[in-house]
Amino acid sequence: MELSVLWFVLVTVLFIGFFFLEGFDYGVGILLPVLGKNDTERRVLINTIGPVWDGNEVWMITAGGAMFAAFPHVYATMFSGFYLALFLMLMALIVRGVAFEFRSKDENPAWRTTWDWLIFFGSAIPALLWGVAVANLIKGVPINANMQYVGTFFDLLSPYTLVGGLAFLLVFIFHGAMYLTLKTTGEMVERARKAAVKAGVPAAVFCLMLVGMTYTNTDLFASTGAGITLWGAVVLFVGAYAAVYAKRYGLGFTLSSLTIAFTTVAFFWGLFPRLMVSSLNPAWSLTITNASSSQYTLQIMTVAALALVPVVLVYQGWVYWTFRKRVTAKDLEY
Amino acid sequence: MEELLLSRWQFGITTVYHFLFVPLTIGLSLIIAILETIYVRTGNEMYKQQTKFWGKLFLINFAMGVVTGIVQEFHFGMNWSEYSRFMGDIFGAPLALEALTAFYLESIFLGLWIFGWDRIPKVLHAASIWIVALATNLSAFWILVANSFMQNPVGYALRNGRAEMTDFIALITNPYVFYQFPHTVLSGLVTAGFFVLAISAYHLIRKTHVDFFRASFKLGLVWTTISLFLLMGSGHAQTQFIAKAQPMKLAAAEALWETANPAPFAVAALIDEENKTNSFEIKIPAMLSLMANNDPNTPIRGINDIEKEYIAKYGPGNYVPAVTPVFWSFRIMVAAGSAMMLIVLAAGFLWWRGQLEAKPCVLKAVLWSLPLPYIANSTGWFVTEGGRQPWIVVGLQRVEEAVSPSVGAGSIWISLIGFTVVYALLAIAAIYLVQKFVRQGPVDTPVTPTKPAAKGATLWS
Repeated sequence: MELSVLWFVLVTVLFIGFFFLEGFDYGVGILLPVLGKNDTERRVLINTIGPVWDGNEVWMITAGGAMFAAFPHVYATMFSGFYLALFLMLMALIVRGVAFEFRSKDENPAWRTTWDWLIFFGSAIPALLWGVAVANLIKGVPINANMQYVGTFFDLLSPYTLVGGLAFLLVFIFHGAMYLTLKTTGEMVERARKAAVKAGVPAAVFCLMLVGMTYTNTDLFASTGAGITLWGAVVLFVGAYAAVYAKRYGLGFTLSSLTIAFTTVAFFWGLFPRLMVSSLNPAWSLTITNASSSQYTLQIMTVAALALVPVVLVYQGWVYWTFRKRVTAKDLEY
Repeated sequence: MEELLLSRWQFGITTVYHFLFVPLTIGLSLIIAILETIYVRTGNEMYKQQTKFWGKLFLINFAMGVVTGIVQEFHFGMNWSEYSRFMGDIFGAPLALEALTAFYLESIFLGLWIFGWDRIPKVLHAASIWIVALATNLSAFWILVANSFMQNPVGYALRNGRAEMTDFIALITNPYVFYQFPHTVLSGLVTAGFFVLAISAYHLIRKTHVDFFRASFKLGLVWTTISLFLLMGSGHAQTQFIAKAQPMKLAAAEALWETANPAPFAVAALIDEENKTNSFEIKIPAMLSLMANNDPNTPIRGINDIEKEYIAKYGPGNYVPAVTPVFWSFRIMVAAGSAMMLIVLAAGFLWWRGQLEAKPCVLKAVLWSLPLPYIANSTGWFVTEGGRQPWIVVGLQRVEEAVSPSVGAGSIWISLIGFTVVYALLAIAAIYLVQKFVRQGPVDTPVTPTKPAAKGATLWS
């Protein structure tokens, strides 16, 4: 396999890891003010992701770093082109990260409420923006012959990309609720289930709209594999919904995770071998060939990634195992 | 060009802000690891309290360092896209490796450390803060590998309109790294040492939690004195290396316009950048030659000569950095370091005589010197980055060629103002929490022998 193909796959894997892991902790963050009726409940909710959210976020940082190293032109075009959207996302991630650390360090209710809302916005904004970003990548954005983005911030917002954003947001809320059914106890489990049932309906509607509009707005279905995978994601989502309805929580979370993984695979599959589509001229799209690093750099990075990613998976998995117990109001010393 | 100026301001602000928090976490993570190790080995509850007290302050700073670090990674693409295109083949690799080797370890094991008290065996718990500390330092290494390339490019070839990596080993063994990395890490150790000293002094002055803060003051004193000596040594070595590798940076830091043999050291100077001369200076004869080459009778090249050489080599242009701020930043850095050394030695002397707590003036001096390491860190980075101008990568790419062409001034204004406002608000929140926990002092952890030990704990303890 060509190394640039391998790196395309690796970037896809990093995005699957990122959307799957941060998907549920964004979801928990968004559900925080909805499900947490009092301070203790909100602390329980935060503690379900407390030990792991930071490690989850590293998947995004690594995806960014991997794109910089393997496809520097994509990194340059996308990050400068999506400037204001990224600025918004960074602001959200800054306040979110600090909020997790700061909110419980003072008793003042106003202090805590402020940080809780920052967790909410800090989770909702990136969830929405990532959906918008992914939809834009495949729909195509105005990129000229010099690989420069020549549109404005508002060119990134179209009915299709907004549907993409809302679909991501709603699926992440559903996914977060599914995670909470596994990590909380007592009445909270039932509350999380209700949230999943409620969020699941609009999520399903927007997922279907996303798939439908993907037919008209993109060439994703030109690849049969990508098309089948995207429909597969919809089927998996329906399965997840049925599972949560039947209170089969483990199955439900597995299926919602797979929904996210399948969606990510479908979009990257549809993109391949492009990473960013030019809406001005197909020849100006950024591909794994014209946007990639040198063969030498790819070789070095391949050795590093193949040696290190499995190790990361092992210890990250082990930490999840260590914190596998449900969180109750009793263990809130932190 | 407004975009260039704004992007430079943004880079400067986010970098300096990020680096207010990072040095402390580099050093404090190690101090906490040592404290927890003492606790695990001796079973002395006071050291558990030490670990938790400093740990709380560490976590506040760590969170700030992490979130501002994300901005660092992304704004190369956002504001400096042409830099990313030109340099991505080389610069992206250390950043990706930083994520793969350091960030995962840091964040995952920090989560384990924060939430793992009483849940995992003690030895494993102490091991996780060691992993965090080592990963934090490893992360500094990768960033400095990337930065060192910008200062001193090695192991590359110009191909396909960009710099491509030809030798990864050369990249990570860049001689620049071996001067910059120790200096940066040691500045982190000193920052953390001073932080511990100043907070301990605060309580020793007020005679609150005296035993607790006597112990941490002692540790801080030994730690800071040793790291300050090493820091100064590494700074000296780095300056000597820069005299060879980046003569322009040295000349600018010394405001030495004309080549001189022997070259004097200017203690202070009124710099006239327009006429490329100093209108007034206080100097020590031959001192610069001695410092740079260990020999008072050696020439040091001046800015004007080096500029002529650069014009011949790179074509017409202005190759002189902003001399006045670089000159003064260097002096402020050295002065702050020297002041720290004096204070630490005075405190050490009184400690040795057993008179430290009887003479609170020295303790007060320690407390009020807490800004010194921060001033030294910021000015030190200003010399490094400001002294490199007009290059973003020395000899390969100028700053004005690196900026994003697709980003307008309006967007940069929005992000510049947005980040600055949020940074200011977060700084207020962080300072509020730090001073709150500092005043509060250590919280007694109730000894609870009745609580059954976590499963497996007996194997280790």
